[in-house]
Amino acid sequence: MSEAPPKIRIRGLSKAFGAKIVLDSLDLDVPAGRGFVVIGGSGSGKSVLIKCILGLIEPDAGTIEIDGRNVLAMHRSERETVNTRIGMLFQQGALFDSLPVWENVAFGLLARKMMRRAEAKPRAIEILAQVGLGSDVADLYPSELSGGMQKRVALARAIAARPDLIFFDEPTTGLDPIMGAIIDALIVEQVERLGATAFSITHDMASAQRIGNEIAMIHKGKIIWQGPAERIYDSGNPYVDQFVRGKSEGPITMEVRG
Amino acid sequence: MTVLLDLLAAIGRGALGLVSAAGSVAVFGAVALSHVVRPPFYPRLLARQMMEIGYFSLPVVALTAIFSGMVLALQSYTGFARFSAEGAIATVVVLSITRELGPVLAGLMVAGRIGAAIAAELGTMRVTDQIDALTTLSTNPIKYLVVPRLVAATIVLPLLVIVADILGVLGGFIVGVAKLEFNPATYMQRTWEFLEVQDVVSGLVKAAVFGFIIALMGCYQGYHSRGGAQGVGAATTNAVVSASILILTFNYVITELFFAR
Repeated sequence: MSEAPPKIRIRGLSKAFGAKIVLDSLDLDVPAGRGFVVIGGSGSGKSVLIKCILGLIEPDAGTIEIDGRNVLAMHRSERETVNTRIGMLFQQGALFDSLPVWENVAFGLLARKMMRRAEAKPRAIEILAQVGLGSDVADLYPSELSGGMQKRVALARAIAARPDLIFFDEPTTGLDPIMGAIIDALIVEQVERLGATAFSITHDMASAQRIGNEIAMIHKGKIIWQGPAERIYDSGNPYVDQFVRGKSEGPITMEVRG
Repeated sequence: MTVLLDLLAAIGRGALGLVSAAGSVAVFGAVALSHVVRPPFYPRLLARQMMEIGYFSLPVVALTAIFSGMVLALQSYTGFARFSAEGAIATVVVLSITRELGPVLAGLMVAGRIGAAIAAELGTMRVTDQIDALTTLSTNPIKYLVVPRLVAATIVLPLLVIVADILGVLGGFIVGVAKLEFNPATYMQRTWEFLEVQDVVSGLVKAAVFGFIIALMGCYQGYHSRGGAQGVGAATTNAVVSASILILTFNYVITELFFAR
């Protein structure tokens, strides 16, 4: 894997909120064009990691390179240009509830002036079809949809601008196991179709195995293991072993007070 | 002794908190203003906010203004009749309404209606990651959410106050003519006689400032809300309370600037 340059290269990434250290000089290489999953318990720092990469949280120290360029050193406009090639599926969908479904899907296309409103609606309906939704939902509002449908719309919005890097924050959280599997299958299908790199964080092991070719585990703000997805139950790492098997006994002790 | 020290420490903490909050509101406002003049612009959103803040506030502002004008006429009659100065009622009504009551009452009513709505909407967007989602979709949330609300409120509040001024005077006129038996023509003549351009203009300047304050406090509190439903509730309360206090404070400051001799 070392022959191709990584899509994302993170070095020495640190972030603390007050006295609480969330990311502790974290290093990570995410290979291009594959499904990469970061697993970890609640409070392990995985959400903060994804927000740092997206530029939503400013880290205290370290570098984050996307395609070899340090995004933390960029001007805002440059950063926005990089963001145009990035899609993000938020945990709760984060759909704009004041806009109908089609405008949610086409939001990035309209914001980036890639097309006019008249062209954007049919395009949004096409993208909705790719995630298994009919044109009848286009004019509904997000609050009128079920959780699974909202996730599909959020996925449609994330892939609408044909990004080459897509982030998924707990894509199956809040869904029943069947709907979770359906969403995972859609994610894999769409990521392959776009030839994109998928970076996901999750604590759902079934989901991690479905969407990940490579898995890394974060614990107390550091990456403690990284390897191919098929090795996850055979990692030889006691922390990973305890986590993937969901055992209460082991080296990981849950902090009751964060 | 320790009680005294604790008390002083509490006062100190409160004062520091206030200064730091004032600083971050000022920075937030300055950043938002810097985006007002830089593209991209969102005329559709501006129009929608003007409708929301202006048009839909009309009934509330109209009712407040008309009843205030009516009660003002009634109360000043009671006072002025005691030294036979009933003739000054029309003048008192129009000056009070245009200079003070129109902008202040409209400001406070809109602060309750719009300041709360803005804080709740942006607060909910914040805690459900919608504001972060805007950033990931190459849209600056300050430009998209804050600027249209600030500009719309600053433009429509003076328009609302013009309506409030007219209806407030009308309220006084109704009571003056129907109840206190003034001659309608005399009442109107008295209304115009001592009214100066500056009286109306000062009220409209106040209104613009109040509109800016209402939208700024609503946006600031909502944008920085944390911690789910409770956080959004706190943001809403803080938006209305801080906007109301600032309106009354700036009302004095602007009056001083316009009319201090």
